[in-house]
Amino acid sequence: MTTSQKITSIVLVGVGGQGILLASEVCARAAMLCGLQVKANEVHGMAQRGGSVIAQIRFGQEVHSPLVAEGMADALLALEAIEALRFHQFLRLDGLAVVSTQRVIPITVSSGGAVYPEPEALLRQTFNRLAYIDALAEASALGEPRAANIVLLGGLARHLELPLAVWEDALALCVKAKALTSNIAAFRRGLALTENC
Amino acid sequence: MSVLLSGNEALARGAYESGVTTAFGYPGTPSTEILENLAKFGSAVYCEWSPNEKVALEAAVGASLAGARVIVTMKHVGLNVAADPLLTLAYIGVEGGLVLCVADDPGQHSSQTEQDTRQYARLAKVPILEPADSQEALDFMRAAMDISEKFRTPVIVRSTTRISHSRSLVEIGERIDLQREIAFQKDPSRHCPLPVWGRKMRQALEQRQSSMAEEADATTLNRCEIRSAKLGIITASIAYQYVREVFPEASVLKLGWSFPFPDNLLRSFAEQVQQVIVVEELDNFLEEHIRSLGVECHGRDLLPPCGELSVPKLLAAKARWEGKDYHSLPQRFATDTLPARPPVFCPGCPHRGLFYGLTKFDVVVTGDIGCYSLAVFPPLNRTDVILCMGGGISMAHGLEKAGEKRKIVGVVGDSTFFHSGITGLLDIVYNRGTTTIVVVDNRTTAMTGHQDHPGTGRTLQGEETIAVSIEDIGRACGVRRVRTVNPYNLTEVHTALSEELAAAEPSLIISRAPCPLQERKPVGPCHRIDPQKCRRCRACLKLGCPAIENEQGVIRINPLLCAGCGTCAEVCKFQAIAPISQEESK
Repeated sequence: MTTSQKITSIVLVGVGGQGILLASEVCARAAMLCGLQVKANEVHGMAQRGGSVIAQIRFGQEVHSPLVAEGMADALLALEAIEALRFHQFLRLDGLAVVSTQRVIPITVSSGGAVYPEPEALLRQTFNRLAYIDALAEASALGEPRAANIVLLGGLARHLELPLAVWEDALALCVKAKALTSNIAAFRRGLALTENC
Repeated sequence: MSVLLSGNEALARGAYESGVTTAFGYPGTPSTEILENLAKFGSAVYCEWSPNEKVALEAAVGASLAGARVIVTMKHVGLNVAADPLLTLAYIGVEGGLVLCVADDPGQHSSQTEQDTRQYARLAKVPILEPADSQEALDFMRAAMDISEKFRTPVIVRSTTRISHSRSLVEIGERIDLQREIAFQKDPSRHCPLPVWGRKMRQALEQRQSSMAEEADATTLNRCEIRSAKLGIITASIAYQYVREVFPEASVLKLGWSFPFPDNLLRSFAEQVQQVIVVEELDNFLEEHIRSLGVECHGRDLLPPCGELSVPKLLAAKARWEGKDYHSLPQRFATDTLPARPPVFCPGCPHRGLFYGLTKFDVVVTGDIGCYSLAVFPPLNRTDVILCMGGGISMAHGLEKAGEKRKIVGVVGDSTFFHSGITGLLDIVYNRGTTTIVVVDNRTTAMTGHQDHPGTGRTLQGEETIAVSIEDIGRACGVRRVRTVNPYNLTEVHTALSEELAAAEPSLIISRAPCPLQERKPVGPCHRIDPQKCRRCRACLKLGCPAIENEQGVIRINPLLCAGCGTCAEVCKFQAIAPISQEESK
């Protein structure tokens, strides 16, 4: 692994219950397996009741703050399309956004008259580097719709400096044995989908 | 061995390693997981959820006086509840080490207020330690136990949301085997703060403060990192991490033991640098004191008076200190144009039916602390005021006695009722009130992540116990009109509210159904809307269920979210909503 002073910062966002914590855990494990210092932060409590949620991970030789500052994230992983927009300011200008096409309609749209925007054009104008993936469909095609988060993680992993083999070892530490094969398939699918991002 | 632990896991580990044998607490974000993790050590540590923080601390004092090492856990507002025993405990002191783990919530992620627990340390005249990461959480917990026993004082270990819920690598150690004999030693002059002895205790407390300040000057918990002589920063807790990122060249006095103030250390550090900035989250607790020592410093003139600190806020402070302009990053997308995504009642939440029922009455609803405080938001809009744990009951009584013309309904959760609701109910009965009190009983402490309480029939460490009946407590308080309703049956809810609001005496309605999130199974079969029958009247949308999605007039139930409670089918006048039959779902 590199001995540079570089710290890698990743922000994961979505809606409570979408599987952010697992994606965050796999990231942390992968960095630990490389012998790096890791700090991570996750939201608990009120925000988990269907609200927007965020997890942050930083790893490198020496990490101080567990939080990612605005404009400092190397990658943004979004399990829900407009949540990527909501938290876009964390991402560096040249950072990679890996975004699921999945839409979760907020209550303010259903009952309050707010409008859910058509996300794709907005995402393309906001992010210089965007992988916009129908992760739910990809995971469902592999027989494991709950692994949509891992498809996106595969997309993210391609663009981080950690060796790819480490990610699969990290997955093995984080998911149940019977779900490992499908999760590794989901991870590899995500890798394949972001080859050109 | 090095492991990745959250601050709360590390605090639990530190308590375990320090030989703690008893632990008490009440759930509250961000403190909850301390006790949950300590409970996993099984029979080595007796752990319990107490009904409230005051009871938890009082029980812990008992354990300490018997000679056991003990911790008490709570969030910052919990210490308000436990403040009474804390201030007297500082007088009588401890036998076995007693540490309060109090987690503050700067930025109010999950709290009604933002409070700086360091102020309680000064008020109670007890020491406070402030870890800055998970390793320190573990180490400081062990140190706190030793300080507690050395000075016979309770010690506060103060965490914050970003300490408790951030994870970092921790070197774990072994548990100390104390082999301590548990036996209470009778000594009234030490344990009974009657004025004759209390005045002596008061004087001893001052003496102890001086001795502790000397210790705080010398302790390795406080650390001078001398780098540039131009700038010295005095900081503690998570703010230290931000300081290291933003001011990598600055000298730093990192305080781990911040009160009683280490005056000599503060002075000598200030003498080694040309300028001092105090960087602290929440109150300018250190800054005020440092100024009182005659040390000139920056602090509040550069930093915001409330909310969480962050690297960008420190960058702005640094620019101000250097006399430069600070420009935050321009937004590439106007996020205020996005539909908000506030937290809501989950699909299948039993609270929904009760609050929907309340929308049919012109009443004032005094609410309380828990998931059900979300009823304040549209479309339900059915909570009008929230104060504190138990306040939903007592405020209803005060509104009535002041002469409010409308009927008043006080709503409180099951765990909250046991925490602080019972005395308010007594007040209503005793003082001839007539308000209607509803306990929304979902059989758990839901908001903090599903902890057991006196009504659930199970203890923190998984033992079966007596499930205390809210109905029986209501009757014992003197309430004659006590009834239980199923919140999934809207007709039943409406009838109960109509009858009890009409009664000229106090009523207690228990709205009972278990939290489906805890049950980890749907309430019933997934429902769907028949587009042929749907008249788009939007009645179902008034429930505020996140599973019912409406985009430009097309209303559908998201099968991935529906929990099958059927409440939407009840409100549909056109029979357009029905369960998906088993054949169809295949």
